[in-house]
Amino acid sequence: MEFTFWDILRNLLLAARWTLGLSLAGFVCGSSIGLLLLLARISPRKPIRLGAVFYIELFQGTPLLLQLFLVFFGLPLIGLDVQPWMAAGLGLTLWASAYLGEIWRGCVEAIHVSQWDAAAALGLHRAYQFRLVILPQAARIAVAPTVGFLVQLIKATALTSIIGFSELLKTSNVITNATFAPFTVYGVVALIYFAICFPLTRYSKYIERILTVG
Amino acid sequence: MAGFDPNWVVEGAEALANGVAMTVWLIAVTILFGGALSVIGAAARRSRLAWCRGLASGYVELIRNTPFIVQLFFVFFGLPSLGLRLNATVAAILAMTINVSAYGTEIVRAGLDAVAPGQREAGRALGLRGLIIFLFIVLPQALRAVFPALASQMVITMLDSAVVSQIAVRDLTYEADLIQSHTFLSFQTYALVTAIYLGLSILLRRVLGLAGRAVLGPGIS
Repeated sequence: MEFTFWDILRNLLLAARWTLGLSLAGFVCGSSIGLLLLLARISPRKPIRLGAVFYIELFQGTPLLLQLFLVFFGLPLIGLDVQPWMAAGLGLTLWASAYLGEIWRGCVEAIHVSQWDAAAALGLHRAYQFRLVILPQAARIAVAPTVGFLVQLIKATALTSIIGFSELLKTSNVITNATFAPFTVYGVVALIYFAICFPLTRYSKYIERILTVG
Repeated sequence: MAGFDPNWVVEGAEALANGVAMTVWLIAVTILFGGALSVIGAAARRSRLAWCRGLASGYVELIRNTPFIVQLFFVFFGLPSLGLRLNATVAAILAMTINVSAYGTEIVRAGLDAVAPGQREAGRALGLRGLIIFLFIVLPQALRAVFPALASQMVITMLDSAVVSQIAVRDLTYEADLIQSHTFLSFQTYALVTAIYLGLSILLRRVLGLAGRAVLGPGIS
């Protein structure tokens, strides 16, 4: 069977949908756990803070590839029949949550402590101090680094090809084996990732500039 | 415990030690080449020549917006089509160096931007040549300012290097793949190796801190 350049491109673009889907799932689920980590990280209770620190150190201090292997081979040990997409989604979620939690903690701590004091002086409960006073201010400065991390996450989905999830890179490996044109295929794959990530990188820098000027 | 053999503990430990040695070797070489290339890249980003700046920023954006594993596959599987056939270890070091230098270029550039212009002017007033001013006055101050960020990037690259097992470089992850395929103790093997990586990343951070203080003076975290 003969592959033209357009066949290669079409198949790669179709596969890129899975890369986008997985990135989105990892981002949404990772954000939820990341928010919990942020709350744990700024908790007044020391054991909760330490637990969050341990979680973050663990996931930031070990290779994502090994984390994916542990999820992929670990879930069957507790009796779950694991599909590559489940291991990919769960692995990326855990990894992303550690980074997002830590990024957002930095944003919350960038808000001056007098804001907490002022909110407390208004008689607000600590949860409301956070939700009504701190969060809106922190969210503003969190956008740029969060979009920046989204780029890291999209690139990280390429590793899930190793545990057998059929996203962009896995598909390109298959096409390379059929066409013997690795230079073209991996070149196009790199350009597709670039086309997805570069606009986000620019957007993140744009937001950052607006905030430092305004 | 299918196929559990006490001999495997000894052989396995030996294999893991070899894997650790390869991973350490890869990151050590990458830090040397990547560090130098980052300084050159940062200087090019601030060059007076427009094509120099354009080339450097094009390189930075291209590498930072594509996955490391795709860069690795392109170097190892793609470049032979151009007649450049590399041995797996060389391909791994090349890909790691190209990757870390893109991030390093941006970090060092931020450091160069942070050095007060008066420093360069003072050097010129002393009659020093441009290269001497850059290497001995501006660069050390720039590196001091951004050393923690540079060290973190090196640790991230060490963790990313687990991927080179996919082109059959016999690093720590590759040895783990072999051991689990013999013992069928996949989870246990990868858990142990993950712990080793955690130890390596803590150790690398310490060593870089020590090296930074030794070269650039005290006060660097």
